[in-house]
Amino acid sequence: MSISERITLEHGSGGALSRQLTEQLIYPILKNDAYGELADATPFQIRGRAFITTDTYVVDPPFFPGGDIGTLGIFGTCNDLAVCGARPRYLTMGLILEEGFLTADLRRVLESVRAAAEQVGVLVISGDTKVVPSGKGGGIFLNTTGVGEALGDHLLSVNNIREGDSVLVSGPVGSHGLAILASREDLKIGATLRSDCAPLFPLCEALYALGGKLRFMRDATRGGVAAVLNEAVAENRKCGMEIQETAFPISGTVAAASDLLGLNPLEIANEGVMIAVVAPEAATEALSLLRSFEAGREACRVGVANGRYPGRVILETAVGGRRILDLPRGLLLPRIC
Amino acid sequence: MAAPLLEEIKQTAADISGIVRVMEVCGTHTVAIRRSGVHSLLPENILLVSGPGCPVCVTPTSYIDNALHLLETTKATVVSFGDMLKVPGSDGRNLAGYLGRGRVRMVYSPSELLPIAQDSAGEVVFLAIGFETTIPTVAAAFLQARRAGIENLYLYTAFKTVPPALRVLLDSPDRNLDGFLLPGHVSVIIGEQPYRFLEERGGVPGVITGFEPLDLLQGISAVLKQIARGEQRVENAYTRAVRPNGNPKAREIMERLLEPVDALWRGFGRIPASGLALGRAFREADAELHFSLPPLYNVEPPGCVCARVLQGRVLPTECTLFGKRCTPETPVGPCMVSSEGTCAASFRYGDLEP
Amino acid sequence: MCLAVPMKIVTILEDGKALVKQDDLETEVDLTLIEDPKVGDYVIIHAGYAIDLLDLEEAEERLKLFQAMEEAG
Repeated sequence: MSISERITLEHGSGGALSRQLTEQLIYPILKNDAYGELADATPFQIRGRAFITTDTYVVDPPFFPGGDIGTLGIFGTCNDLAVCGARPRYLTMGLILEEGFLTADLRRVLESVRAAAEQVGVLVISGDTKVVPSGKGGGIFLNTTGVGEALGDHLLSVNNIREGDSVLVSGPVGSHGLAILASREDLKIGATLRSDCAPLFPLCEALYALGGKLRFMRDATRGGVAAVLNEAVAENRKCGMEIQETAFPISGTVAAASDLLGLNPLEIANEGVMIAVVAPEAATEALSLLRSFEAGREACRVGVANGRYPGRVILETAVGGRRILDLPRGLLLPRIC
Repeated sequence: MAAPLLEEIKQTAADISGIVRVMEVCGTHTVAIRRSGVHSLLPENILLVSGPGCPVCVTPTSYIDNALHLLETTKATVVSFGDMLKVPGSDGRNLAGYLGRGRVRMVYSPSELLPIAQDSAGEVVFLAIGFETTIPTVAAAFLQARRAGIENLYLYTAFKTVPPALRVLLDSPDRNLDGFLLPGHVSVIIGEQPYRFLEERGGVPGVITGFEPLDLLQGISAVLKQIARGEQRVENAYTRAVRPNGNPKAREIMERLLEPVDALWRGFGRIPASGLALGRAFREADAELHFSLPPLYNVEPPGCVCARVLQGRVLPTECTLFGKRCTPETPVGPCMVSSEGTCAASFRYGDLEP
Repeated sequence: MCLAVPMKIVTILEDGKALVKQDDLETEVDLTLIEDPKVGDYVIIHAGYAIDLLDLEEAEERLKLFQAMEEAG
């Protein structure tokens, strides 16, 4: 018997239809050597120190230019591991589907999950599926928990940051949030806005080789680079940062769209961009390493850590003025005013 | 390219003794000046004071209360620009809370009203706020809807016009202003004529200014030069966008749909003939009438001095609630609520000693 | 209250709309408020409507002025 066109509550209830969904759709797409059988728990080995992280993805719409909730679910969690200096190894995946979700759409998401996992070299080895009544979810919610292996003993932390350190960005900013906003609000802002959703592990692995000269990395997701920079200085009370507005790579399309919507690219979410802070003498090498990858092609230095205004991020503007770059606040809503 | 203009500003400022207070009227100017860092580059004796040109800031809280009331007591869909969705009503609730349930829709453009109304079985109410830059776009969309035979679209108007507010500021007995930076995009629509009263006795110079960093510097330099020379003219420093006669076609569309009315401004109170509402031929589409909404009224939260901030009499940092009880996350008054509000801009972009 | 950006008309569509472009970004706007718009004109866009034409000659003059100031300074 084939699976129905739409997901029903029964598909999440643990009975025959649940089994059918797992055995006929989910498992065939995701199965791998480590996911040998459908048991309650999956054994696995990790060498040395392990890192673990979890993230839940509720992006609406679930399909957007440049990716979908499946791609995000894999890259996002793996990037969280990567920026902490860990090689992503295994993921679990929990799905919450709204009754009525199209089975064909579920298949699309699962294919994206498989492709993304393959690209990163990570294995999905456990999962769960629940179905909720319609009206209780945005179609599909996804949680992934990721486990990674430490690349080395050196622990990255904002507290490693010292005065004089160079602040680097790995690529052009502002794409992901704008792509989501444009497709959600049907803003007719052309097909050229695409999410930058991408795996950062290769870049992180390359930088980790700098040892103690690499102080800290973080991917610039919600709140954009502005959020990451502010978080870094808030936790590390010794330093502030001075950043050059014009140093950030921003595509013409993102600049035009954010002008149109009254938004600041530095505050918009990314899914394939990170901030790295390195010792000043390692900056040139770090940039060269980043630029050897497609996702880091446009990496550049955007500023410096200094002790002048601890806890604050100061932005030097295009005309040479100075102002605070604040933590983004509230919902990302386009302005006309 | 900013350097020569900055030099000009420095030299002109040096020729003026005492503190110069220039009011930039438009909320978008408030944000642009701070976001571009121009604020930090000005000589110490030049004080840029923000004015009431933030449509969200000058809309009374009771407007949001009425919109929430509509959502609770009718099946109407409420449609709004993004700017209004986070503004709290008197009990702290806002419209954004209703976004997920389909009762509130956000639009970027009034042209989106047509498909929304067409796809709706029930009444669709648009929160029609804005100054002369926005008003023609809403008017055009509404008239298009009418021509298309759409009958379920209602406007809850709180449109306001800028020149009457400038007049109130100018005529105020204890005013402390030496010049205005006039709103560039409002002027695209209305042109130079409505500001001529500034040239009468007791007036001050006004310079129509654009929004790019160089435009801001150019406008500031121009108004300072007039102040230094004792001139008192309406000057256009945004000539690539503003024509002396503005945009007559846009004004004609506004006049076809709307007529002047008295309006209630938060902070200023009632200003005669400072608002625009649906003309007689379209009154059945007026949401306030159709839904018998209570009239707007002003009530200021205790301790809030937004009324005086909006008039340029008090700086955000001089308000006792600023940054303590009143922050962008927990706003007390309108100047902190709106992303363009004077206090929000001051809080977010900071007053930094370089 | 006045967020507006300049973009160039690339195609005039039916029912009073047009496709405008800046860099790689293309979007649709309403031309109802513009008198006699043509492909190649620059318009100022606010809330999905073109609110007026940009005067390119004035824009050029201004640019030249700034460049001259820079050279003199």
